[in-house]
Parts: sequence; C-alpha cells; structure tokens
Amino acid sequence: MEKSLKKYFLVFTLPTLIAFAFAFIIPFAQGVYLSFCEFTTVKNAHFVGLQNYIKAFESGQGFLSAAGFTFLFTIVSVCTINLFAFCIALLLTRKIKGTNLFRTVFFMPNLIGGIVLGYTWQQMINAILYRYETTIVANAKYGFWGLVILMNWQMIGYMMIIYIAGLQNVPTDLIEAAKIDGATGWQTLIKVKLPMVMSSVTICMFLTLSNSFKLFDQNKALTNGAPMNKTQMLALNIYDTFYGKTGYEGVGQAKAVVFFILVAAIALVQLSLTRSKEVEQ
Amino acid sequence: MTKTKTSRTLNKVFFLILCALTVVVLYPLFFIVNNSFKGKFFISKDPFSLPNGETFSGITNYVNGLIKTGLLSAIGWSFFITIVSVLMLILFTSMTAYYITRVKSRLTSGLYYMFAFSTIVPFQMVMFTMSSLADTFHLKNPLGMCVLYLGFGAGLCIFMFSGFIKSVPLEIEEAAMIDGCTPLRTFFGVVFPILKPTAITVAILEAMWIWNDFLLPYLVIGISTQYKTIPVVVQMLVGSNGNKDMGALMAMLVLSIIPIVIFYLTCQKHIIEGVVAGAVKG
Repeated sequence: MEKSLKKYFLVFTLPTLIAFAFAFIIPFAQGVYLSFCEFTTVKNAHFVGLQNYIKAFESGQGFLSAAGFTFLFTIVSVCTINLFAFCIALLLTRKIKGTNLFRTVFFMPNLIGGIVLGYTWQQMINAILYRYETTIVANAKYGFWGLVILMNWQMIGYMMIIYIAGLQNVPTDLIEAAKIDGATGWQTLIKVKLPMVMSSVTICMFLTLSNSFKLFDQNKALTNGAPMNKTQMLALNIYDTFYGKTGYEGVGQAKAVVFFILVAAIALVQLSLTRSKEVEQ
Repeated sequence: MTKTKTSRTLNKVFFLILCALTVVVLYPLFFIVNNSFKGKFFISKDPFSLPNGETFSGITNYVNGLIKTGLLSAIGWSFFITIVSVLMLILFTSMTAYYITRVKSRLTSGLYYMFAFSTIVPFQMVMFTMSSLADTFHLKNPLGMCVLYLGFGAGLCIFMFSGFIKSVPLEIEEAAMIDGCTPLRTFFGVVFPILKPTAITVAILEAMWIWNDFLLPYLVIGISTQYKTIPVVVQMLVGSNGNKDMGALMAMLVLSIIPIVIFYLTCQKHIIEGVVAGAVKG
C-alpha cells in the first residue's frame, strides 16, 4: 500500500507545503538571517554580524525591562490562574446543583478575542479609577494588576475545564478507600486527588505559562505599554521596535530571535517533563 | 448523619460562592451592554448606573458606530476568512498528515518535525518577513490571508491529525486498495470519515484562533483596505481618534462579542470537548 501511495506525494502534500513555505519556512529562514543585518525592507539588507543583538540588550531599548515585566506578570498570573481554577474545579465536582450552568458561564470569556477583551476591561477599570481622578495609564501598578485580573478572568474557565476532566478521572474507589481509612477531606485532597491529577497540573501550568509569556493582544489593548513603556511586555516591545521607529528593524528581528529561543526553551522543558511522566505511568 | 448535614450546609455555601463568581464573570459583559445604550456624554460620568430617561439613547450608538467603522462588512470578512481558512486547513492538512504518517521515509519524518517545530515558534519571529513576503506575492487580500493561515496553522493540525491516524488500523485501507481504490479514493472514502472527531476538534481550535487573531490581519491587510476583520476594526476605532466616541465603542464591542457567544451557546459541548482534547494533545 505504501508503494502505491508514495507516488501521490504532490497530490497529498503540495497545497499545504506551498502555504507552509510562504507562511513559515521562508519567513523563518529570512528572519534568522535578517537578525544579523541592518535593513529597513527585506531587499536592502546588509550583514552587520552580532551588532543587532548587542543593541537589543542596551537599556534604552527597553527589552530588559520588558523582560522583567513579562517574567513578573507570568509568575503572578500562572500562580493565581491555576490556584483559582483548581479551587473552582473542586467546587464543580461536588455535585452541587447548577454545575453545568456554572461551567458554561465560567468558560465563556475564553472565547472572546484579546483585543475586544482588552478594550472592554480598559473601559471598566477606567470607569472605576475615574472616581479617584486617575486612569489605568497613569501608574504602572494599575496596568500590571489590570492585566493580571484580565488574564485571570479569561483563562480560569479554560484551566478549570481541564482540572475538572482530571478530577473526574480519579477512581471513586480510591476516594472511598481513603474515607474508610478515616482520611479527612483535606487529606483526601492532598494525598489522593492531587497526585492523581498531576498530569492536568502540568498541562495547565504550561498552557498558562506560554500564554502569559507570549501575551500581545491584551497588552496592546489594555495599556499599550503606558506609562512610558513600563507595562510593555516582550511581544509588544518587539512589535514597537519593528514598527515604532525606522532603522531599528534589525534590532527588532534580533529581539524576536531571542524571544523565540526563550519560548522554545519553555516548550522543550514541557516536552521533557510530559515525556518522563508518560514513562512512569 | 451529622457529616451529611455539614456537607449539605457546606454545599449551600459553595453554591452561593459560585453564584457570586457568576456575577463577577458576567459583569464586564453586562457593563458594555448597559453603557452601549447610554448617550456618549453620560458614560464617563456615571458608568455603573442603568440608563434612565435622560441618559437612554436607544440604538443611536449602534447606528453611529456602524456608520463610522463599517463593522458589518468586517463581520462579513471575519466570517469569510475564518470559514474558508478552516475548510482549507481541514482538507489539506488531513491529506498531508495521512501521507506523512503512512509513507515512511526520511523526507516525511523530516517534514513531520518541521511542522511540529513550527508550532513553538512565536508569531513575532516571522511577522516582519511574512508580511513583506505577502506583499511581494500579492497575498494582501482575504484569499491570501487564508493561504497564510493554512501555512501558519498547518503545524498544529498535522500534529493532531497524524496522532489520530497512527491509531487507525491499516487493514481497512489495505482492503480498499485491494478492491481497486486509488489512494485518493481510499483517503476520502475510508480514512476521512474516520477522522471526523479529530476534524471537529481541529476546526474549533483553528476557528477560535483565526476569528480572534489580530496581528496577522492588521499587518498583512492593514487598516486602509475594505477587507478589515473585527479585531482590526475595534483597534482602529479606539486607536485612531483622540476624543473617542465612548458610546460607539461600547456598542461595537457588544456587536463583536455577539457572534462568538451565539457560536458558543449552540455548539458548547463540542467546543469544550475540543478545547480539552487540544490542550491535552498539544
């Protein structure tokens, strides 16, 4: 069978490969090359070596402060989202009436796009801050916590769904056995349920981690980096370097390569963690 | 007996907590709906009250917003780009996934790793070069957008399809081939119907991404053409003018959320299952 199928290579793969070349392979290769060049358009590039990478880390470029903001935001939002989502998932697996309705409502924000959400929350936060005669762009703290609240609002429902699926897969006889042995609710949770849903915890941790780390739309809509780029995350910093000022396209591309390496490192850690878990089970 | 009693009161407390959370989750949506019916000068003064005789403005905000932004045509283009891209993704990537899973060679495994690799590359890495390439090859139109979505979304789709195809027994396909089916007929007559559950998952994940995607249409199609999508229009409405029309903004936010809420309420079960499956496999 393989032999007769083999001749059909182009029939089965050509459309995908053409699109893949346009949208990924060529832009990616060009991107890596251009990060070592000075250019304003793809055609007028000339090689400058590592100069862009050195410039990218200069303090005036804001890349390092954006990295600081991104790391802090990621840590806070990963912790809060997963904690809240897990607690809500526990509540929704207790057979309380209306569970399905609650689940439906809590998941809904996840479907709304980042730009629309960002402006919705900007309007609401500003409406509150207006009473104190200030706005979200006045202080970087407002922007930070606004973004944390927004991401919690959007992602808790999503993570909750995954935790619920994990909790429902815990065998009931294990929980019954723990009860007969006299375990309290807390002990059952820590000693029985939590170890059984560790794979869900890993999935949720990495989903929130990579989503927060790569965040762009919400950041752009909510504060757009204001005040003075203090609430600018890495993706927005790269965008502003490309399109904010001419002559810095090469630096922007170098930053994008660094950003890619960071994101890939997170993905590889995740892959090795999930692989090693699979072997254990 | 005392234990069930305490757990029953506990459940009542939890029920109240969940109700409170429901209010918190729904409030931002209520906030924009509420304000979209108020006159634009009243919104910043008193954003939390319900509209009354003086502040109620009927559908003025909606009319003004639609005239100013052309959101209706953006909704149309968003639908077009999302549906065509998702159909192309399902059709072409399932074929590709089938080929590279069933034919074992260095080329196919190399392609598989390339596709898997593309899923971890952030968009910022390719945004500048991709949009200039799109410019050179005249892809700055809705159909061109679909081609780009096919290419950039292919990685995740192929990853999920080939994961499923691996578990499909070869015997069925071999039987079809022995009966004289060409590989194409075998694929569409025998394999593709089996892929349906995965196709639904893939369709939902990709549709959610493409519908909400902002940066790709913003960079490729831009703000000066007639092909703007919903997120681009919303960004333009807020970003362009200094003294913005708050009423129109609220109304347009409401209108851009409505299609997705309808979609969610009609195929909720598929969406939740699809998202879980996507998260666990991806």
